[in-house]
Amino acid sequence: MVFFIPRLSSKNPIRERFAALSRSGGFSPADLEKIVDSYNTKFGLDKSLPEQYAVYMGSILRGDLGYSLAYYPKRVGEMITDSLPYSLPLYTFAVAASFILGNLLGALSAWPKTPRWLKSLAVPLTILKGVHPVVLGIVLVNVIAFQMKLLPITGTFTSGATPNWSLPFILDVAKHLILPATSLILASAGGWALGMRGMGVTIQGEDYVNFAEHKGLKPWTIFGNYYVRNAMLPSVTALALDIGAIVTSGLLVEGLYGIQGLGSLLQGAIVTNDFPVIYGIVIFIIGGVALAMLLTDLLYPLLDPRIRMDRQ
Amino acid sequence: MQAVASSSIPAPELYRPPSRIVLLGRYLRRNKGIVVGLAIILFLTAFTIHGVLTLDPDTAYPLAVRTKQPPGPNFWLGTDWYGRDLHTAMVTGLWQTALIGLIAGAAATIVPVILGFFSAFFGGWVDRIITSVCAVLQPIPAFLIQVIIAATLDRNTLFDDQKPIQAILIIAGIVAILAWMKPTLVIRSQVLSMKERMFVNVARLSGMGNLAIIFQELLPNLLPFIVASFVNAVFDAIFISFGLSVLGLAPLREPLLGNIIYFAQQQSAIFNGWWWWPLWPVGALALIFAALTLINIGLDEVANPRARRSE
Repeated sequence: MVFFIPRLSSKNPIRERFAALSRSGGFSPADLEKIVDSYNTKFGLDKSLPEQYAVYMGSILRGDLGYSLAYYPKRVGEMITDSLPYSLPLYTFAVAASFILGNLLGALSAWPKTPRWLKSLAVPLTILKGVHPVVLGIVLVNVIAFQMKLLPITGTFTSGATPNWSLPFILDVAKHLILPATSLILASAGGWALGMRGMGVTIQGEDYVNFAEHKGLKPWTIFGNYYVRNAMLPSVTALALDIGAIVTSGLLVEGLYGIQGLGSLLQGAIVTNDFPVIYGIVIFIIGGVALAMLLTDLLYPLLDPRIRMDRQ
Repeated sequence: MQAVASSSIPAPELYRPPSRIVLLGRYLRRNKGIVVGLAIILFLTAFTIHGVLTLDPDTAYPLAVRTKQPPGPNFWLGTDWYGRDLHTAMVTGLWQTALIGLIAGAAATIVPVILGFFSAFFGGWVDRIITSVCAVLQPIPAFLIQVIIAATLDRNTLFDDQKPIQAILIIAGIVAILAWMKPTLVIRSQVLSMKERMFVNVARLSGMGNLAIIFQELLPNLLPFIVASFVNAVFDAIFISFGLSVLGLAPLREPLLGNIIYFAQQQSAIFNGWWWWPLWPVGALALIFAALTLINIGLDEVANPRARRSE
């Protein structure tokens, strides 16, 4: 699907790119066709569609995503790995934090012994759940970064710094990632809270919770071991499905905050019609999301002994 | 004796069930989310209708008015860097965004209803094909595929400046094309559980045909689900089309709410002090998203009595 849709279009990214170059001077339009032809051969775009498809699938299986058209000698894989150190921590943190925060709040809001103020915290989160993280992000940038000047407005690190693995630099990047992560978390935590509250309410009436209470177990033991652990199962299933949604929102939020991650790479590639980069990112993310889903599925038996395989 | 008895024991008052309007009123009083959500939608609709009736639509497009005017008596909501009157742009953007949401939402409700009923009611290999296609497609982040489709379209010819409706239909189509899997599975599972209930069996025993059962028994009972599914689909459509706008993939000349934000970001409106430019679309979108979420949660309680809170 990723391969065929763009080929249906009449756009030729190479022609457009060199047409732009020739407009800015450099060579005559007559030479344009020749240059386009030679590059078509070079990128294998002159072969028939099935042939191109076979070559393309073969190279993907080898982990080769091809060359970027806009930054020609650069490989797509290289561009993705360059931006990954900024994207991956952001997505992982946002997914984990929103999951934990949302579920905890949801569980607490259905728990009878929770103080009232904590319960009321779940309501605004539930409403925010629908608001697009980019919309939230614009508000956060304006209020916290621009008006109050508490956190950096844009960029991945303080301009002038060179990327390295030293602690101050990592802290600097972390500081720049706070706001994007916050907008992602605020926008998704409410969903978890809502689902968890629903589950929590049904579990409270269960006999084993009553029994644990009558046994005189400490409230926190009941909360953790009896109540949350059982109420969490549907959330874990949903987590596998929702990782994709958070990552795609993350792509958009990155562009807003000017973070040099996958999202900015994708947006740049869209502007320059750099198809290999667009496919590369999409394939990479679909693969990554599938892997994350697999990991979540593997986690499931740890939480639910009923589906653990018996060793016999 | 008889007379005494009849006068001392008053005739038992017949229990009159409250009328539908009273019930609706009671329900809404308990379920404030729906009321707030509907009020927000009504307010935005009134704003849009008033604007469409009183304003000149041409001022929603670039080079129509003086640029970068803050909100004031001439331009209530100010103007932007390109010379759009933001009041008109917001009005146009609101109905265009709503249109995308309604068209894509309707498509993403009708198709799943048909597929879901077909699949659940007739079962067999039809059911297997439909459910496996849905199950395979559902976890793929649809937005990425939609980005590829939108990036691939020849935007210069398809998004004709003279035909704004065509451009909006295309965006709605892109949004709808990958929005039907999840609702299909949801509606299928509802039909599956409902068709085993007693009243369906009674209907079948009394000689009703399949079609009659679907239209007279199942569909009316599933209506709350379908309405909830529709609101959800409208929400998703606005959400996704906004994402496409942010990437610059929507028809850029049209003042869709997402596009106004896209251009405000492009010109760094906030840092240049033109705070009013992104404020209106951001506010309107936040209101729309919040309102639809509230309605959605409220409808969920109607459709799913187990989630209903006690009074």
